[in-house]
Amino acid sequence: MTDLSHIRNFSIIAHIDHGKSTLADRLIQQTGGLTEREMTSQVLDNMEIEQERGITIKAQTVRLNYVANNGETYELNLMDTPGHVDFAYEVSRSLAACEGALLVVDAAQGVEAQTLANVYQSIEHDHEIVPVINKIDLPAADPERVRTEIEDIIGIDASEAVLTSAKSGIGIAETLEAIVAKIPPPKGDRDAPLKAMLVDSWYDPYLGVVILVRVIDGVLKKGLRVKFMQAGTEHLIDRVGCFRPKIEQLPELGPGEIGFITAQIKEVAQTAVGDTITTVVRPAAKALPGFKQVQPVVFCGMFPVDAADFEKLRESISRLRLNDASFSFEMETSAALGFGFRCGFLGLLHLEIIQERLTREYDLDLITTAPSVVYRIQLNKSRTDDAREIMLHNPADYPDPSRIASIEEPWIKAVIYTPDEYLGSILKLCQDRRGVQKDLTYVGGRAQVTYELPLNEVVFDFYDRLKSISRGYASFDYEQIGLREGDLVKMNILVNAEPVDALSMIVHRGVAEARGRHMCERLKDLIPRHLFKVPIQAAIGGKVIARETIAAMRKDVTAKCYGGDISRKKKLLDKQKKGKARMREYGSVSIPQEAFIAALRMGEE
Amino acid sequence: MNHAAILDEQRSDSVNPLALYVHWPFCVSKCPYCDFNSHVRDAVDIDAWRDAIIADLVHEAALTPGRPLSSIFFGGGTPSLMPPALVADILAAADRHWGFAAGIEITLEANPSSVEAARFGDLAAAGINRVSLGLQALDDGALAFLGRAHDVGEGLAALDVAQDAFDRVSFDLIYARPDQKLADWETELARALAFGTGHLSLYQLTIEPGTRFSTLAAKGELTIPGGDEAADLFETTRAMTTAAGLPAYEISNHARIGEESRHNLTYWRYGDYVGIGPGAHGRRGKAASERHKKPENYLAAVARNAHGIKAEADLDPATRATEALLMGLRLAEGVDLAAIAADSGIAQGNLIDARAADQLAALGLLTRDGTRVTVTEAGMILLDAILPRLVAI
Ligand SMILES: Nc1nc2c(ncn2[C@@H]2O[C@H](COP(=O)(O)OP(=O)(O)OP(=O)(O)O)[C@@H](O)[C@H]2O)c(=O)[nH]1
Ligand code: SF4
Ligand SMILES: [Mg+2]
Repeated sequence: MTDLSHIRNFSIIAHIDHGKSTLADRLIQQTGGLTEREMTSQVLDNMEIEQERGITIKAQTVRLNYVANNGETYELNLMDTPGHVDFAYEVSRSLAACEGALLVVDAAQGVEAQTLANVYQSIEHDHEIVPVINKIDLPAADPERVRTEIEDIIGIDASEAVLTSAKSGIGIAETLEAIVAKIPPPKGDRDAPLKAMLVDSWYDPYLGVVILVRVIDGVLKKGLRVKFMQAGTEHLIDRVGCFRPKIEQLPELGPGEIGFITAQIKEVAQTAVGDTITTVVRPAAKALPGFKQVQPVVFCGMFPVDAADFEKLRESISRLRLNDASFSFEMETSAALGFGFRCGFLGLLHLEIIQERLTREYDLDLITTAPSVVYRIQLNKSRTDDAREIMLHNPADYPDPSRIASIEEPWIKAVIYTPDEYLGSILKLCQDRRGVQKDLTYVGGRAQVTYELPLNEVVFDFYDRLKSISRGYASFDYEQIGLREGDLVKMNILVNAEPVDALSMIVHRGVAEARGRHMCERLKDLIPRHLFKVPIQAAIGGKVIARETIAAMRKDVTAKCYGGDISRKKKLLDKQKKGKARMREYGSVSIPQEAFIAALRMGEE
Repeated sequence: MNHAAILDEQRSDSVNPLALYVHWPFCVSKCPYCDFNSHVRDAVDIDAWRDAIIADLVHEAALTPGRPLSSIFFGGGTPSLMPPALVADILAAADRHWGFAAGIEITLEANPSSVEAARFGDLAAAGINRVSLGLQALDDGALAFLGRAHDVGEGLAALDVAQDAFDRVSFDLIYARPDQKLADWETELARALAFGTGHLSLYQLTIEPGTRFSTLAAKGELTIPGGDEAADLFETTRAMTTAAGLPAYEISNHARIGEESRHNLTYWRYGDYVGIGPGAHGRRGKAASERHKKPENYLAAVARNAHGIKAEADLDPATRATEALLMGLRLAEGVDLAAIAADSGIAQGNLIDARAADQLAALGLLTRDGTRVTVTEAGMILLDAILPRLVAI
């Protein structure tokens, strides 16, 4: 155990891509956590998907031993956090376990929406914030401007901000010294009853469920019988340790320390993050306040391309869920897509990540339906049924319109932060998406605009559009602000006169026609030509509001085929047939899965 | 009389015909569109090749005893570069080991250069009774683009010589070339039809992987007509050849009734054929064989094993039935499901998807007459899209 005065617990927070994970790499390297050979880029982003996309999804904790300039050795517990808004809950957990934060700001990009969102959270936790201006090696870097921005916009003193290039290893020693000097040591009482915060948990194939803890008071040891106060369960601790980032077992974790425990727990669902861990004998008097429950906001259906894979999908989703309690799923059946699941996510990136992990790690071919949100519908009394309220998760369950008294949809408050020059197009985008402008302020060449927007307009490619019209410079953050009534209708898409349930969506009547036309045009390009003409229509009830026609295919034939070419031709046929298996048939029209996915991301033409 | 009827009649002539393919892998230079097994070599040891090909032939003959040859085809590469004496030796060996069926068709692919034309007489004397001339275009610019050594004048002179020397003459043209307009092709094709050969092979230019054209196409320096243009060209070609009395009996092959290439029909009807020489494929009963492609490896293999086989395997019934369907449906005559069922042991009902067949028939792309399934004139241009729907195995 390390003396409290020699412990520093801090999170690295920033907007997406400002260099948190790269800075973490350098800190690990400088303190000797890994040898040259073991070091990779963004070493803490250990999921394949994190490495590939170059983003952090899951917060990671590492313990570093640092010998400071004063000759003393410090235990630094570093928590690298994700920058993307979908994973904001990961940040909030980490912050709860720390006394301070390194606020990383890109020296060229400056302060962005997630910089603000994360720093405010950190301030709420009474954290000491150490500003770090990173990427000073970039030609476009302007550390002085960024320093002023931090002071003007966030209102914290940035005069002693550390200037770094995590990429080229500049300013790393200074960062370490600043951590020791500025971030306060934790408080705690070794002799008080055990009180530890369950910060995070995940499933490890070798260790079972691993629990990340922050000890407040008391000591955690192997062999201790502990109680999870909120869950009311008891467990026997069989391992105690930390990550450096390699796993290391320790005799104990004392007050102020961050580390992990295992207790032969099989499912992550048994470990509620934010729970308080105490001892069965002499428990703590009061539990910690706990974390706010995260709620899925975006929903979609996921179906196996091959119906035979349904059980495999169920198993894989359950397994993923072991590790990520933030998404929900329930069984769903679709006329065209068969058996699948309706899944709820924290945002579109979260959706995409889960989808990709299912495809990749579990080798499943999936069809994903249009993302939608949850609607609250008041139903009138009918002859057989009372007036009642339903929550609609799936456009396919849209009730008989004559019974609908009202529909409410979730709204969000969005804060968009953008360089001046893109403001015009951004305002137009928000306006097109039924937004209501609430606020517009300028801070040094940048505008911050606040809009209230219906969430269903946002899940529908809003983020992609925003990125493309601002060339990636605008940043976006949102919170939910409740339900509001709206004139919402169900729009069906018909291919060769047959409705494609996976493409039906709930839209505002005012934008239905434009949306329908756009969808038809898009499908026209996405669905390959067939041997016959294929009409595509968008309809509300029986009324067609948009229509396109895919012309019949004119030529598809191999010019040459003689004796030696047979096997080649056979292979081609097998490939075509495999491709056909990946398609869905609607009114004898085969729609490739790619067309579904592309049709649902309508922004990127 | 239509093709189907004539061909049926021919078929009944020989119950179990066997075709022989001989591959000669050498060319003077490599054409930029060509993905055949062709190689350019400074010198070719004719004696070594004679020995190797005949050894390979003997190996195959031992496996197919008692089956006289109904056709022989010398393909390449450029088999017209073979010394006529070598051709004569191979034919003699074939006759010795298998024997020739009455009316055997013996074809050789020839380049229409003056040098090669000078040998046509000797080749005819050696036993060749049909040539297929690689004329490729009737436009000097196009010939240069296609990397051909001859010009139109030389090519047509060779065609003249060939028509004198051989009973039957066919020639190839490549169309749907970059920037080729429909009207230009109509003129070119009309001229081609006027030469009065009984057979024409008319191929749309395709970009094959591993050719110089494919590199150019990848770089965006070469585009060939696609979509509607290619469709118009195809349809016009069929209309014009039909009007001239040489309708298509296969996707790219047109003949006066009775002038079809019997050898190539064996492939499409999924009959047995023996393939010898580098890279040649064979289908012998249930067995599919493939020979070493590179000339040097082939020679070494024959020296080692007394045959050039690189791989040989029995095909399962499903593969045989599929191959039979996808080859046979290229023909205007279509396929006989009963025959394929008998050969493969797969029930007729399981060969094709009945629902798809009905849909295709409703669209006018397919007809069914008893056990015979035929892709219609309108369907041929869409064959590759039809097959994956139709073939159920
Ligand atoms: N030029 C330069 N690039 C840097 C520097 N630090 C990080 N980068 C690059 O910026 C990109 C993002 O870096 P990360 O460390 O993954 O950023 P992050 O903040 O962890 O991103 P998220 O976890 O997804 O929010 C990578 O391509 C890094 O190589 C730096 O100091 N200079
Ligand atoms: S002559 Fe024929 S085989 Fe030889 S390279 Fe040209 S196209 Fe290919
Ligand atoms: Mg990161």
